[in-house]
Amino acid sequence: MGNKLGILTKGIIKENPVLILLLGTCPTLATTSSAINGLGMGVSATAVLICSNIVISLLRNIIPDKVRIPCYIVVIAGFVTVVQFILQAYVPSLYESLGLFIPLIVVNCIILGRAEMFASKNSVFDSALDGMGMGIGFTLALGVMGLIREIIGAGTFFGLPICDFLTENPCMIIALAPGGFFVYACMIAAINYFTNGKAIKKKEFGCAGCAMAAICQQEKCVKELDGEGANA
Amino acid sequence: MVKFLMILLSVILVNNCILAQFLGICPFLGVSKKLDSAVGMGVAVTFVMVLATAVTWPVQNLLNSFGIGYLQTVVFILVIASLVQLVEMLLKKFIPSLHKALGVYLPLITTNCAVLGVTINNIDYGYTYAESLVNALGTGLGFLLAMIIFSGMRSKLEGNTAIPKAFQGVPIVLVSASILSLAFMGFSGLVTL
Repeated sequence: MGNKLGILTKGIIKENPVLILLLGTCPTLATTSSAINGLGMGVSATAVLICSNIVISLLRNIIPDKVRIPCYIVVIAGFVTVVQFILQAYVPSLYESLGLFIPLIVVNCIILGRAEMFASKNSVFDSALDGMGMGIGFTLALGVMGLIREIIGAGTFFGLPICDFLTENPCMIIALAPGGFFVYACMIAAINYFTNGKAIKKKEFGCAGCAMAAICQQEKCVKELDGEGANA
Repeated sequence: MVKFLMILLSVILVNNCILAQFLGICPFLGVSKKLDSAVGMGVAVTFVMVLATAVTWPVQNLLNSFGIGYLQTVVFILVIASLVQLVEMLLKKFIPSLHKALGVYLPLITTNCAVLGVTINNIDYGYTYAESLVNALGTGLGFLLAMIIFSGMRSKLEGNTAIPKAFQGVPIVLVSASILSLAFMGFSGLVTL
């Protein structure tokens, strides 16, 4: 049982996909302009991640090795379309504000990465737990980042004003594009500071972090990019 | 003609795909360490974007005519993935020199959100075929521009010892990206479509 719990919890803190593994940077930066958008994105991606992990794990002995990536992509894209319909029907405001980034869940590194690294090798139950853990980790990271950007950038807490000073003098730039990069940088720097740089093993962005690394001609790629990511 | 120019200016400078729309952050941060690879990646992305748009725009109309436009996401990603594979094989066979320069980056582009993003945007904005192609070209050029500038910035960071310990590595790269993004914000309001 402890083992199962380990699968669930490792994605939340120890291998948090956003803050430790540095995956899925595009939605992280783009959808965290407010807490509710960040959480919405996180929950949508979690739903897709759990469902696709279960289906891919069920199909792991049927899918031929050579065409596995297109198969994974079709499964993931199917669930993304379902989520897209659900959001459009029940939370149209969130659907509007996430916009393009809902279909783009298909190319989220985390989902394809988990399919390739975990669901294709493990049992259905374990894969579902792994998807849940990674999803919760992703949602938490996005929620916290969205909250920070919302409080500083708009002076509100989930849309409710906090205090007059913050609401009347919002630091708009934090909610805009440059603030996204900056807040993300500060969060990673904070983790580096509190763990003395031990938590984040990846010192550079590189090929190794990409879910496609296993599929693309990695050796050639690493050689071409002058050893970048080779030691990660 | 003016509309084409406006679209180009808008996506290269004002709505730069990396710095304003957050599309294609992975290659932006991953492959921008050296100027050579940054240029290679940028050119490959531009090439694939235009090609993908040239194919997906008619495909969307085909889907619409059958009343199954909602299959957009599934169909587009498959079209892009197979297109990238096909282009790689063709380049390898017929233009080996180009394959040598761009081939490494092509498999990575399959799951690049910038490519899928552009093709979906073209449909959402209701662009005509010609406007879509111009938009794809402009987005690719904007990507290339950001990659080149950023690789220049990163070469200055290399071996800099003044950076606080906690900010070394990944955080300082993101801070630099933030400053570059701030610079591009100066273009906002330049063009309104």
